Amino acid sequence: MTLEELNKIKNEYKDIVKVRKVVAEESEKLAANTQYRKQVLVCGGTGCTSSGSKKVLKALEEALEENNIKDVLVVRTGCFGLCSLGPIMIVYPEGVFYSQATPEGVKRIVKEHLVEGGSVVKELLYKETVKPDGTITPLLETNFYKKQRRIALRNCGGIDPENINEYIATSGYQALAKVLLTPMSPDEVIKEVLDSGLRGRGGGGFPTGRKWMFAKASPGDIKYVCCNADEGDPGAFMDRSILEGDPQCIIEAMTIAGYAIGACRGFVYVRAEYPIAVERLKIALEQAREYGFLGENILGSGFSFDIEIRLGAGAFVCGEETALMTSIAGNRGEPRPRPPFPAVKGLFDKPTVLNNVETYANIAQIIRKGSQWYASMGTETSKGTKVFALGGKITNVGLVEIPMGTTLREIIEEIGGGIPNGKKFKAAQTGGPSGGCIPAEYIDTPIDYESLTAIGSMMGSGGMIVLDEDACMVDIAKFYLEFTVDESCGKCTPCRVGTRKLLKYLEKITLGKGEDGDIEKIEALAEHMQKSSLCALGQTAPNPILSTLKFFRQEYIDHIYNGKCEAGVCKSLIRYEVIEDKCRGCTLCARNCPVKAISGAVKQPHVIDQSKCIKCGVCQANCKFGAIRAI
Amino acid sequence: MADNIPFQGTQEQEKKLLEVIAQNKDMQGALLPVLHEAQEIYGYLPIEVQQMVADGLGISLSEVYGVATFYSRFSLTPKGKHRISVCLGTACYVKGADKVLAAVEKKLGIKSGECTADGLFSIDSCRCVGACGLAPVMMVDEEVYGKLTPDLVGKILDKYIKEEGGNQ
Repeated sequence: MTLEELNKIKNEYKDIVKVRKVVAEESEKLAANTQYRKQVLVCGGTGCTSSGSKKVLKALEEALEENNIKDVLVVRTGCFGLCSLGPIMIVYPEGVFYSQATPEGVKRIVKEHLVEGGSVVKELLYKETVKPDGTITPLLETNFYKKQRRIALRNCGGIDPENINEYIATSGYQALAKVLLTPMSPDEVIKEVLDSGLRGRGGGGFPTGRKWMFAKASPGDIKYVCCNADEGDPGAFMDRSILEGDPQCIIEAMTIAGYAIGACRGFVYVRAEYPIAVERLKIALEQAREYGFLGENILGSGFSFDIEIRLGAGAFVCGEETALMTSIAGNRGEPRPRPPFPAVKGLFDKPTVLNNVETYANIAQIIRKGSQWYASMGTETSKGTKVFALGGKITNVGLVEIPMGTTLREIIEEIGGGIPNGKKFKAAQTGGPSGGCIPAEYIDTPIDYESLTAIGSMMGSGGMIVLDEDACMVDIAKFYLEFTVDESCGKCTPCRVGTRKLLKYLEKITLGKGEDGDIEKIEALAEHMQKSSLCALGQTAPNPILSTLKFFRQEYIDHIYNGKCEAGVCKSLIRYEVIEDKCRGCTLCARNCPVKAISGAVKQPHVIDQSKCIKCGVCQANCKFGAIRAI
Repeated sequence: MADNIPFQGTQEQEKKLLEVIAQNKDMQGALLPVLHEAQEIYGYLPIEVQQMVADGLGISLSEVYGVATFYSRFSLTPKGKHRISVCLGTACYVKGADKVLAAVEKKLGIKSGECTADGLFSIDSCRCVGACGLAPVMMVDEEVYGKLTPDLVGKILDKYIKEEGGNQ
């Protein structure tokens, strides 16, 4: 592959891909330059695949064939971000957005919309995009997308991840060409990354350029480049989506990193639980080799580099850098003390750079557009953008990318569409089992590394779980401690024993058996663990408790001293009661009660026998009149 | 019960495993990739399989056992014909995954981590399959079921039970 050949492919596919990036009028003009009258993008990410996008895709291809339509391009993409509305289907040049697509719906869309002279099937569009007067809002102008700035996710949902040509069409591998053919010296590459202000997106926030600088400065002929795709935070799926939607950008970035530090081998350590991501990455690696972006003498520059995939096997601690490298070497994934840092002694004891998937996803664009472009986004100390996996009690569950400095309020109320069912926002949890919560009174906190740390949470890798008034914060803290107890590798005592002891306290408290002094004991133990655990897993394991204690201390006090769980979650502390005024005597609760604890005559208020009640909550779940409350 | 199930590996399986070992033998850090493949071949990693891996790679059984028990994805006991995996990741948890798991356990009469006596179903919990948009979710074999309620769980499992000709 030469630069000329690369540019030739880019020009050949440029318009096809650009049709998906611009407003309808312009898109239409571009489409006329291509052989495709229309393009249909179907999401093939994990979320949409789980909601049945394979069947939708099959039905679409069959229906196009039946109707003898040959000038419509069908593209299976990665994640669009709006996972709760899947399967998602977008038609260009109109840029209209069909949500929750079904095989039947798709047949109709083909017959009425995709045929020559057809028109949009409004009933099947995502309803938020159809105004009452019938006009359609293009996808990019919806609240969900408007406030986002997609850098790391720029190609997710926009290209076919299994077709390297589409990546090339979006200026893919231009950064690698710039580095190798200009040529830029390794120091120049590192300076560019350093000046961009990019910091590790896996949670640590260490400046990426500094990491590269240290690894380059380490003596040794053999060095390695690793990619951390062991996305362990339960409820986070940024890295998976990038690997599923744009795997080539990771390959390009790792190759650039290899050149910068003087490595010729790279490893991607990815969770075995992500089969689609692994498969797409494999395909992408093969295509990159075939095109000569990996292998010997890349682009004729004399530089050689290749990448291998290593599968994780379900151990959260392997997201920690030293544990990850120990695992790649075929051992139990236990961390080791630092220093020496991986930049000095990493994989197979050689100098190693390890970055997270999202960090790599920014690299090619930083090289191509320059560090100043990247540094112009974000805040003073946190540059660029951050991807969040928005989950929990939020209307638009999915993947969002925002400029650093965006407030939590903008994410939750505007992009996320607020809290469903008229409930009140209580807190957002970031950083998963290592992080903490941001309570409602801090909803105007700008999202950057320092602001989040200042309030006792952390940026984390990007999981953001929204909690509404129904959440009991003691229970949430307990959930995370259960997780860290399971995942503590057992190597060091503070973490192995400390997490168990913390969990015991929380179990006691949620069972209504908390005692005076428990809170203080928890705090003392937490401090010990933060100071003396071997790795970040143990050091940060108390954070979910400490941050809930900081902002929701009253809930702990209520559980311990007042025998009360305000949110009605902790079964031992609640009882179910019938609200007489609201009960219509429909008998549904009595019929569903598994222990026959509810009695009452038809059309008369019912009564729950507390001595029989097992607090299963079936009555409350079944009541159509909201007549059963937990107190 | 799993401890009582005798190892029933076939010659064909052994041949496959030996091929995998031969292919990976010289790779740095071969043990994990080999164990992944071995579990794919046998469905689980009984001590007999671990011994073959140890012999093949020229490392001790204790080292293989150490690694096989460290990672949650490796199982030393056989799984059911249908493997049910209930996601207990955060997004699913806040949307009631505990109730989903309880419903599955109640329906099949076994606990998480166990396998039914007829070997048809096993239940496990997992941490996030990445389908947070559909929370709460569970997987039955490779199929993901989302937006679950305890009621829906019963209906889904009935389908599998019916297919197997049983009435649990």
